Order: sequence, then structure tokens, then C-alpha cells
Amino acid sequence: MLKNLCRKMFGRSLWVYHANSGGCNGCDIEVLNVLTPYYDAERFGIRLVGSPRHADVMLCQGPAMRPTAQALRRAYDAMPAPKLVFAIGSCACGGGVWHDTYNVLGPVEKIVPVDFYIPGCPPRPEAILYGVAVALGLADKKTAPVTFKQAELPIPRYHPGDLRREGDMIVYTKVETWMRQPRG
Amino acid sequence: MSVLSKLKEALVCLRAGRVTLPYPAQPRPVPPRFRGRPIFDAAKCIGCAGCANNCPAREILVFDVCQEIRILKYLGRRCTYCGRCADVCPEKAITMSHEFENATNQIGDIQQTLELFMSTCQRCGRCFKEPSPLEQLKLKGYRFDDLAHDRWVFRSQAYLTRETAADDVNIDLD
Repeated sequence: MLKNLCRKMFGRSLWVYHANSGGCNGCDIEVLNVLTPYYDAERFGIRLVGSPRHADVMLCQGPAMRPTAQALRRAYDAMPAPKLVFAIGSCACGGGVWHDTYNVLGPVEKIVPVDFYIPGCPPRPEAILYGVAVALGLADKKTAPVTFKQAELPIPRYHPGDLRREGDMIVYTKVETWMRQPRG
Repeated sequence: MSVLSKLKEALVCLRAGRVTLPYPAQPRPVPPRFRGRPIFDAAKCIGCAGCANNCPAREILVFDVCQEIRILKYLGRRCTYCGRCADVCPEKAITMSHEFENATNQIGDIQQTLELFMSTCQRCGRCFKEPSPLEQLKLKGYRFDDLAHDRWVFRSQAYLTRETAADDVNIDLD
């Protein structure tokens, strides 16, 4: 029982390593904001460590860039085996606004395998906490891909043969019947 | 000296009380002008693709499947939530919502796809064009972005070669 309790309490305390591979420092400030007493990430056992060899989680900020790609990959390889990578911010998730410049390779998933994405530019501290809570299983993710369809096909094509005279007016019969049908 | 300073520190800490937010247990409201995830309203959208042309991150892709169906795909990976798509939309079909809890384990969860019906002109057979906003946005012809690989094609051929309408009258000025 004590063992199970210990596993429950301490098994998921994530020590995070904070890797910025060329971002603008906005996401770094938000991550440091999460670690303050106001948001208090240590409730979930999250601690910032200075070396990737002590870390379970790598927080990636900034896009994968040409000068820092090697260093980021080496930091990822230095982490011990059960490891998670969080991509924080739009740069890490998708390459950022300057995704097509010469020194940006793209999202960080081109260099390290990413497990959780937290989009935002920068994400709110609550959003980062929420991403961590999703990773720990404390909350469910709220997003799902959405598809809308505006009209159902086939829609009748116009043809002059469908024009019909009604008294003084000329009425287009197919549109009339199509408009009268209930549409969902 | 040190004891006094410790006592003072303890007093300060006691006076501050508990400041930690109960965030993941309770929802946290955002400021009213906060811009979260854009929500695309398929009922209002006319398919002008002004959002796709104005997006600084090139995250909105447009693909014309056939003459009458246009697919508009918002990827949301590198969206900076700047709200320029909502600003430029002539029909106000895009609203910046207050959703910020978008953390996922699959990046495809954020994307939205609209399948739009474009009605065609009965004379020329092409899609209707709203005159003033679209001319400002320099929209011509059809867009063929790469939806399979989520890539934005830089410019379509129809954009480069200037098309002339059938009934265009050239007015010669001396």
C-alpha cells in the first residue's frame, strides 16, 4: 500500500529541462511564470533542473534552427531513457512566423520526437500547466479536428429549359423545388 | 540581526497568505480582449480566401477541388493568434475565441477544415467575385495549396498570368 502510494505520489514527478533553440524568449518567460508560487508547478512535482542528464522532460521553445540543431539533438540524447518532449509555443509546434527563412529548419519535431504540443504565441501559463496536466492524466484534452460542410450536393444546375411561365412572371422551377426542401 | 530578519520574512509570508491559483481544478477566466483559437463559421464564410492571403504564418490553406467546391483548411500549428484573419474577413465569419487550452499529443487535433460551396455565375460559369475587398486582396483564379502535405504553395499559375474576363473592354486613352 505504501509502495503504491509512493509510486502514485513520486512516480510522476517530472523534472524538466528547459531548452531554447532560437526562440524569442517569450515562451521562456511564460515557462518561468509557471514555476512561480502564483501558478506553482511544484504541486505536480515539476522541478527545473539545469542539466539534461537529470531531466525527464525537455521543454522545447523556438524552432529548429540550423546553428542549434546539433546541440538540441545532443541534449535530447543525453536525457535518460523514459523521456518526454514538450513543444511549447507556435515556433516549436510548427516553425513560427519565420518558418521560411534561411536558418529555420522548421518545427522541433524535425530534430527530436515531440510528445505534447502546446500552441500559443506565447502560450498562457495556464495553457502550459494544462498541457502538463494532460500529460500527467489529470485533465482531458479539449481539442479535436473539425470539418464543416457548407452545402450538400448535388445542387441543380441552371438550364434555360427549366424556365416556366406563370402568369406575368417566369419562374425557374428547379430552384423553387430546391428552396422548398428542408435543409439541415 | 539574522533572527530579526527571519522573523520579518515570516511575517511577510504570513501576511501574503496563499497566492497559488487552483487552476487545473477550476477554470480560469481570461481578459475580455484575449485572442485565443480562431473559430471558423462555415455558414457565414463566402470563400474569398482573404484570411489565407493575409495570414502571416501561412497557416490557412485553400484548395479548389472543382468548380464549385473550395476547401479551406486551418492548420493552427504555427498560428500566432494575431487576429488578422478575423480583421480582414468581410463577412465576420472568423471569431477569435477565448480558448487557450489547446494542448494535444497530436498536432492534427487543432486543425479545422471547411468545405465551401462556391456558386457560379450563370453567364461566365466562374465563381462570383465580390468586387471591392477581393480586388484589394489581389485574388485571381484558383488556389491550389498542397493539402496532403500541409504545405502552402507560393503562388498559383492563375495568379501569375493575368486573366482577362470575356467582356472586358479595352479603353484607349490618347
